[in-house]
Amino acid sequence: MAIPHDWWMALLGGGLIGLAAAGLMFFNGRIAGISGIWSGLWFERGDQSGRFSFIGGLLAGGVILRLVYTPAVPDLSQVSWWQMGLAGLLVGMGTRLGSGCTSGHGVCGLARFSVRSLAATLTFMATGFLTVFLIGRAAAWL
Amino acid sequence: MARFSAFFMGLVFAIGLGLSGMTLPSKVIGFLDVTGDWDPALAFVMGGALMVNALAWRLTQPRGRAWFGGDLSLPRNKQVDARLLIGAALFGIGWGVGGICPGPALTSLVFLSPGMVIFVITMTVGMFVGNLLRPAVTAAVDLVGQTISG
Repeated sequence: MAIPHDWWMALLGGGLIGLAAAGLMFFNGRIAGISGIWSGLWFERGDQSGRFSFIGGLLAGGVILRLVYTPAVPDLSQVSWWQMGLAGLLVGMGTRLGSGCTSGHGVCGLARFSVRSLAATLTFMATGFLTVFLIGRAAAWL
Repeated sequence: MARFSAFFMGLVFAIGLGLSGMTLPSKVIGFLDVTGDWDPALAFVMGGALMVNALAWRLTQPRGRAWFGGDLSLPRNKQVDARLLIGAALFGIGWGVGGICPGPALTSLVFLSPGMVIFVITMTVGMFVGNLLRPAVTAAVDLVGQTISG
């Protein structure tokens, strides 16, 4: 059986994410946790140069994707603004109360065998699965 | 040089997110749809990232210091507490509703679709609220714990 193309792309992209997270820890001594970096940029004091540079890199990466790899650019014209607004609110509150997101817990914490990150990752995976299941059920009813 | 390093790592991180499919909400929701038409592709994103990062940690940890100076900045808290689980649960719900998490959302900001701009704005507001609520949630959880244990 041939392995689907998007599985290879996921593995390749994941490898780059791991490399970037490893590089940020090795060279800068920082955890590549995006929610923590973004929140810190707005709501913490002190030296912001590392956070500012990393977010600058993320945005520059977005520009490169837009120019040379348009399959990464989603068509969100049909997506409800209410849905995205609610999702953002939950993601923002949840990542601060839970001290991290997919990157900080899922990629960085698990690589250091952090028990907190394992607990967090299992929890957000479980509620993510459950939420998509329930939304699917609700949509089937309506 | 430290600034350039942080910029470069952010850039590679974003390219990785884009190539892997993490910037596509429909693909993320397909991955989270385990009981429906499950698309397992995105499991390989975390798999690939963890393989590389876990190997690299075996190199970084013994050094104990960052290449450009300073200690490795690591969390001191080792306890799994209720606030961590409540937060992670809320985050998972939001991830399921929107199909997008913070890294891909910020990467996608430059695509300028209104839905994603709204997501980033409300996410930032949510972070402000979450930061404010941290002590209160910890205190509330402690109180409930004490009441239950009598």
